[in-house]
Amino acid sequence: MNRILRYTFRERVVHWAAAVSYVYLLLTGLAFWTPALYWIAVVLGGGYVSRALHPIVGLVFAVIVLWMYAMWRKDMRVTAGDREWRAAMAHYIRNEDHLVPRAGRFNYGQKSLFRVMVWGGVALLVSGLVLWMPEAVPRDLRAIREIAVLVHAVSALVTIAGFIVHLYMGLAVVPGGLKAMTHGDVTEEWARHHHPLWLDEVDKSP
Amino acid sequence: MSTLDIIRISASTPPAPGVRHQPTVTKLIDTTTCIGCKACEVACQEWNDLPPEPTTQSGTYQTLPSMTANFWNLIRFNEHEDEGALRWLMRKDQCMHCTEPGCLIACPAPGAIVQYSNGIVDFNQDECIGCGYCMTGCPFDVPKFAPATRRVYKCTLCIDRVGVGLQPACVKACPTSCLEFGTKDDMLEVANRRVEQLKANGFPDAAVYDPPGVGGTGVVTVLAFGSQPELYGLPRDPVVPRTVQVWKGPLKWIGNAAMVGGLFAAAIHYIRYGRKHESDPSVHV
Repeated sequence: MNRILRYTFRERVVHWAAAVSYVYLLLTGLAFWTPALYWIAVVLGGGYVSRALHPIVGLVFAVIVLWMYAMWRKDMRVTAGDREWRAAMAHYIRNEDHLVPRAGRFNYGQKSLFRVMVWGGVALLVSGLVLWMPEAVPRDLRAIREIAVLVHAVSALVTIAGFIVHLYMGLAVVPGGLKAMTHGDVTEEWARHHHPLWLDEVDKSP
Repeated sequence: MSTLDIIRISASTPPAPGVRHQPTVTKLIDTTTCIGCKACEVACQEWNDLPPEPTTQSGTYQTLPSMTANFWNLIRFNEHEDEGALRWLMRKDQCMHCTEPGCLIACPAPGAIVQYSNGIVDFNQDECIGCGYCMTGCPFDVPKFAPATRRVYKCTLCIDRVGVGLQPACVKACPTSCLEFGTKDDMLEVANRRVEQLKANGFPDAAVYDPPGVGGTGVVTVLAFGSQPELYGLPRDPVVPRTVQVWKGPLKWIGNAAMVGGLFAAAIHYIRYGRKHESDPSVHV
């Protein structure tokens, strides 16, 4: 069967670098978020080590997300077709894919995840810098510190919502999704089903 | 003090192990009889055997601009002009040992901050992860971060002395008895008596500073200008920051419910709709 390159080597590396750093941040962040999950920090080397590494890995994640943004920004633009897709999203959720408008390289859901991760990442970075070195924020500006704890938690929760959907879709709902991101190529049939407009483009290009 | 006295532990969902009931202890600071001798500062450094702290000269008698990780007891020298007269409002700055401690509420490290049955709030630096959330949670800017150990330090109310029936080192050293130590009831009685005295002697605004916003404090302060605590560098109506309360209160439960709900929804979706099939004949081509 004809196989088509969906993700270049560079795209896969960036994706998995983001994935690994995000999961580390998620796990250590959850440990600090609630005592019920503090054991995660213990498993990952202790609370002290987790607290020391979390912001550094956070910087790494920020750089990777920036790279990802530069790489996929064009592909992630929302089009008129995406708005139709959004209107038909209930069908997509019910796996009635024949009732969903044809998607391009990324469908509206993937584009939404991209935006959640980029803007969530910006909010996490800015608030995280404040949380990293609270003693560097003057006492008179402590409102910044007080707001940062909320911003960090809320934006993390928003990215977690996106992450749960992403993980579930990629691993469980869309067969071949994980393989596409690890090996890079997909079958023509897969492309026709999930991203027909993209397949048209690929077919047209020399 | 032992585990039997621990009534509250940071970042812990099980109940604290304390079973003992003890009277709440309180340090009374009478700013009107403080002469700024700094004996308390020395006693604190000596008893706790803390390394000396280099300082900067900023045109005041104050030892340091603020407390540090190695300096937990600071006399603040506030100058105030009162109808042409200069008043030197010295106040002993230290951990207030709040009944509702913002540091403990904000702390994510289990056991790093504990509250004892006598009201003392103490840090266990071995459990501290150095996140600094306690510094954000504290309405009094007390906990201080030590870069060398990446942990946070503050006054212990001399728990090692109080636990064996001694008074805190600063109280022991105070030459004017502007510092007193005892049960909260006794100290409030002394403080109120002193306030009456002050009111009768030309300080109508004299008051006891025992802020209710943090449930009262284990360190109460008599202020001659009690209606203006800011003159002494004290917040007027301190509370645990609202954002910290929301973050550690409703947001935590909403967030946990949302995360569990998200996983649950994914499982239900999988059972109901399952995987997508690209060979599905209903798919348009």
